[in-house]
Amino acid sequence: MSPAAPSPAAPSPAVEFRSVSRHFGPATAPVKAVDGVDLTIAEGSFFAMLGPSGSGKTTCLRLISGFEKPTAGSIRIFGQDVSDIPPNRRNVNTVFQDYALFPHMSVRDNVAYGLMVKGVDRRTRDDRAEEMLSLVKLDGYGDRKPAQLSGGQRQRVALARALVNEPRVLLLDEPLGALDLKLREAMQDELKTLQARLGITFIFVTHDQGEALSMADSLAVFNNGRIAQIGTPAQVYARPRTRFVADFVGSSNVLPPDVTRAFGGPAAWSSLRPEALRLTAPDGVALSGTVTTHRYLGAGNRVTVATQGTEISALVPAGQPLPETGATVGIAFDPAALHVMEGEG
Amino acid sequence: MIPAAAPAILAERGLADRLTAIFWRRPRLLLGILLAPPLIWLGLVYLGSLAALLLQSFYSIDEFSGVVKQEFTLKTYAELFRAQNLDIIIRTLLMSAAVTLGCAIIAFPIAYYAARFAKGRWKAVFYLGVMLPLWSSYLVKVYAWKLILAKEGIITWAADALHLSMVLNAVLSIPGIGGNSLSTSWIGTFLVFVYIWLPYMILPMQAALERVPNSMLEASADLGASRSQTFRTVVFPLALPGIIAGSIFTFSLTMGDYIIPQIVGTSARFIGLAVYQLQGTAGNIPLAAAFAVVPIVIMLLYLTVAKRMGAFDAL
Repeated sequence: MSPAAPSPAAPSPAVEFRSVSRHFGPATAPVKAVDGVDLTIAEGSFFAMLGPSGSGKTTCLRLISGFEKPTAGSIRIFGQDVSDIPPNRRNVNTVFQDYALFPHMSVRDNVAYGLMVKGVDRRTRDDRAEEMLSLVKLDGYGDRKPAQLSGGQRQRVALARALVNEPRVLLLDEPLGALDLKLREAMQDELKTLQARLGITFIFVTHDQGEALSMADSLAVFNNGRIAQIGTPAQVYARPRTRFVADFVGSSNVLPPDVTRAFGGPAAWSSLRPEALRLTAPDGVALSGTVTTHRYLGAGNRVTVATQGTEISALVPAGQPLPETGATVGIAFDPAALHVMEGEG
Repeated sequence: MIPAAAPAILAERGLADRLTAIFWRRPRLLLGILLAPPLIWLGLVYLGSLAALLLQSFYSIDEFSGVVKQEFTLKTYAELFRAQNLDIIIRTLLMSAAVTLGCAIIAFPIAYYAARFAKGRWKAVFYLGVMLPLWSSYLVKVYAWKLILAKEGIITWAADALHLSMVLNAVLSIPGIGGNSLSTSWIGTFLVFVYIWLPYMILPMQAALERVPNSMLEASADLGASRSQTFRTVVFPLALPGIIAGSIFTFSLTMGDYIIPQIVGTSARFIGLAVYQLQGTAGNIPLAAAFAVVPIVIMLLYLTVAKRMGAFDAL
């Protein structure tokens, strides 16, 4: 649960949570939206908060922006305690899930809003707004109203508006959730490029594990208000710490202790990625099972096999022979792929 | 398992199914049937009588015989600009504006609370609290206020008890709006108007504020705006259509009312009272009609200006 120890000469991290809790409702029976979270986010990183809805990831984001106050614990931004600092004085900006563009203002005025409230004169802020609009490839859209834009364009305006103040940390709350698949993939690449170019810390909240794995440098997996695991995408994917992480990140086979033993491991919970499994002829292999279902995935088929009193999934790449439902198959895998987990929950 | 004998088309079950089929084939038919009665009502009864009113205002009255001359003339309108009539119009306008402003200022925090914070039961309490006064008789409320504001009323009594009579007297001695007692002063008229029309301001305001998502206020704060900047640049512009809608009620209701100024205040005449007296005792229907046109014109001007200023941009 504790984050990696910072290297000796490391500058103060962009965001630091020290046993932060945020409870809602009566003190006698609180809803623990965030429950004792410790977290360190390095400057310049692209950090993902991943988890199912209600896991506390959005509340954590709102704790950084200041829309929620911690019930306990402290939050530091670049080493400074922000417990008493209201949102408007925190040098972090947010891209809201619903974009929250001001409908009565033009796109230009929306983008320039942060400068307007700072008292920057009209000409300067209009010029800056145009720069930001061209950064998000919306040159020439300044005079339109948000209602005249498509979802993807609104998303870019929200991004430009959040970046105009040159925040040190940019928070993104499910930024791509409302976009269709193609647009979402394009925006993922663009956000990644933008972050590399601007060099500021991006923290984004998502429930889409694919998005988190492909975009983030490091990520925290949330479950029930706590962090289940922190690490790089590769670490979290390959070596899930708990059953929850194994199940939520990717779609791993989570094996109970007795099955793990049958698969040649110790008597502990373990995970085995579907793509690590190979289905072979049933003869001469230690493990075999019966094919129960197929699911076509385009790039391959996910085949469910009943074995050892449980069901496991294997990924059969397209072009390889697909065993029929009801057929008996052998199960083979590289023993190193069987990852034994330390945690239960 | 679906039985093989199940038909593809289900049997018609009678009149209701037949009508449903007709309306399905001709979607506009039902709309037409539903809209015809109110449209006929609006077109004939309401717009028709408005046209008759407009027509009357272009007639004039023979000053000797008192008979209405059915000839088109602008003479009656010219009469509106006579000093005593102009006084009535200006007085009504000022009172309407003051009442609207008063209502808006009092209504805003109430509407804001109801829209942003009241949930579940408290929302019901809010609606009940706002609507409850509307359930009792208008006259009862006005007379109750007359008693409250009277020289022997509870306000004078409370001011005495709290040794604040000085303050009350100071307020009453303000030239122009003060008077002998609250119930015979402009302040009294103003207070009663504000009380009576307040719900008509709160409800549209609350509806407008309810449509402003919380994330918009958060976005404003997130971008560095103080509370007052957020209010001026986000909340107020977005609530403006509701404020305008409410002010249309308070403004036009005050302009048309002829009972409150008779019961509470200085008994100086307002447009409503002038219309009432002109069409009744004086029998000057054309001038009454011309007076009645004034609020309509003022409201149209008001809406035009509001639209020009972008009050409806957020709709």
